[in-house]
Amino acid sequence: MTEVLKQKKWLILAIAFALVFPFLIPNNYYLHMMTISFIWMIAVYGLNLFAGYTGYLSLAHAGFFAIGAYTLAILTVKAGLHFWLAFVLSCLISCLIGLLVGLVALRTKEHFFAIYTLCVGYIIYLVIDKWDNLTGGVRGFIGIPAPANIGPISFQTPVSQYYLVLFFLLLVVFVMYRIIYSLTGRTYIAIRNSEDLALAIGISTMKNKLTSFVLSVFFTSLAGALYASFIRFLGPDISYISVMFDLLTYLLVGGIGTMAGPVVGTLLITFLSQQLQFLQDYRMLIFGPVLTLLVIFYPQGIVGGVIRWRAKQAEKSSNRQAQTVRTANHFVAARHSGNEKQVKEG
Amino acid sequence: MELLIQQLLNGLTVGSVYSLVALGLTLVYGILHIPNFAHGALYMMGGYVTLTMMNQAGLPYWLAIIISMIVIGLLGVLMERLVFYPLRDAPPLHDKIAAIGILLFLEAFAQFVWGADYQTMATPYGNVVNVLGLTLTMQRVLIIVSTIVIMILLYFFLKKTFIGASIIAMSQNREGANLVGINTNKVAMMTFMISGSLAALAASLASPINLVFPGMGHLVILKAFVIIILGGMGSIPGAIIGGYILGFSESLGATYISNDYKDIIAFVILVIILTVKPTGLFAKEGQ
Repeated sequence: MTEVLKQKKWLILAIAFALVFPFLIPNNYYLHMMTISFIWMIAVYGLNLFAGYTGYLSLAHAGFFAIGAYTLAILTVKAGLHFWLAFVLSCLISCLIGLLVGLVALRTKEHFFAIYTLCVGYIIYLVIDKWDNLTGGVRGFIGIPAPANIGPISFQTPVSQYYLVLFFLLLVVFVMYRIIYSLTGRTYIAIRNSEDLALAIGISTMKNKLTSFVLSVFFTSLAGALYASFIRFLGPDISYISVMFDLLTYLLVGGIGTMAGPVVGTLLITFLSQQLQFLQDYRMLIFGPVLTLLVIFYPQGIVGGVIRWRAKQAEKSSNRQAQTVRTANHFVAARHSGNEKQVKEG
Repeated sequence: MELLIQQLLNGLTVGSVYSLVALGLTLVYGILHIPNFAHGALYMMGGYVTLTMMNQAGLPYWLAIIISMIVIGLLGVLMERLVFYPLRDAPPLHDKIAAIGILLFLEAFAQFVWGADYQTMATPYGNVVNVLGLTLTMQRVLIIVSTIVIMILLYFFLKKTFIGASIIAMSQNREGANLVGINTNKVAMMTFMISGSLAALAASLASPINLVFPGMGHLVILKAFVIIILGGMGSIPGAIIGGYILGFSESLGATYISNDYKDIIAFVILVIILTVKPTGLFAKEGQ
């Protein structure tokens, strides 16, 4: 029980910090940064579910992020739908596209899957870039409305938008947690560890991979829709491969296949790149090698490393405990035999 | 009719460049089973090295190309030693991500050193020739001819020399090659050397008709992946034929369908192929 509390301690602390952050640092710039990194975190959670837990590297996720964003933009501006209706619809439409892509893409394996999704991502980019009438092409898409009021709550100020994004982030983390620690999540991990073995013990791998893919598309497109309503300007660049690489870096630095990885990685990298502002376009001179070195020497990332370290510590302490128990048993046994002797003597 | 023949010639030029890039990619995949996402970065670096040799060192075009092929070949070897060799036993997810890391680094590096601007490469073969009423620049003729020469050389290298034979042996069975005393490390380095040189050559040949810029490798590498899937991953004749097929379908597509969407053609082809046959066309059995 105390162990559970100990684990939850960090979670509660993090949530509390996130809740008071706007009052702690009343600086619009940092607030903006924080909101943006929350949005990226949601997208990274999507990628994590599929790459980290199901073991398939999808390189099309920046495309789905963009589809979520552009669908919201088109539905609100061109079709004139109510914001929240468009919001829900944009997630659903992205999922539908994800389902169609997944149905075909998931028949391929390993390298083929990565290459296939890389090409799908590029098709999405080219379509957004070339389809001027619908997406605004290279000029971009402007005039996306801010989130509409829900009852008395309005989302016009940066602080209220911050809380809105935080709300969605917490929701996504909660849902992710429920998925991962359910039978479904265990099934995904089984597929990651050995697809053939999973198939052999009667898991329908295709069905599970597909649901995992669509769920991950859902999270990522949700992040895209939030991005559109927060930045309120879209360009084809958000679907470009470099965004995909950003997402991958966040995930790998934090720890692929861990619950806290996306949060840690995204926060660390976004704030580091803020500190490295002077590098601007050259930040990849540092992050490129970091990504490569990480994969070679430290593939489990920061959170994965901490988990491993903790497991080692726990093992050590349990060994120690076992030892104390053993000596205690000896002691008790000795006393028992002593008592018996006494009884006999008595 | 004349337009058609002109477009077929254009397809031949573009296809030659694609084939060279795809050859390098397919060699590495066929022998080491690494889908090298950083191959496009090698292509881009090749273009820049040739450009620098010509502009800064004042070397003639041909000499610059040869130096660039050596430099990029060595860069490929360095990549193999530093990144892919340590990852040879890691899960397949890892070498893909590592390759992406290299790609990002090299692109940022090019932007840092040479700037983000589009640069033109001068060529001594800029004059136009008229053959049977068709206009053709010498550069295009050069691309077609030198690609064919290189392919023939590569064929003889692989079929007739001992090193070539050991490369083929390793592509067929790595452990087996190791057992009969082939130094697989050396072959792996050699493969990367050839792969890098081919990319550098392709970039140097194509740059005078395209442009040199940090992102020039993106589309080319994606299309090279399409080609090697088209031609069977790891198959050398497949990469050559696939390259020309893609070159022709693009230049015809650009004329008769839409110039805006010509880059999508490759990906649509890929999507159709993998939809029908998830292991790619002409996939070897049991892989």
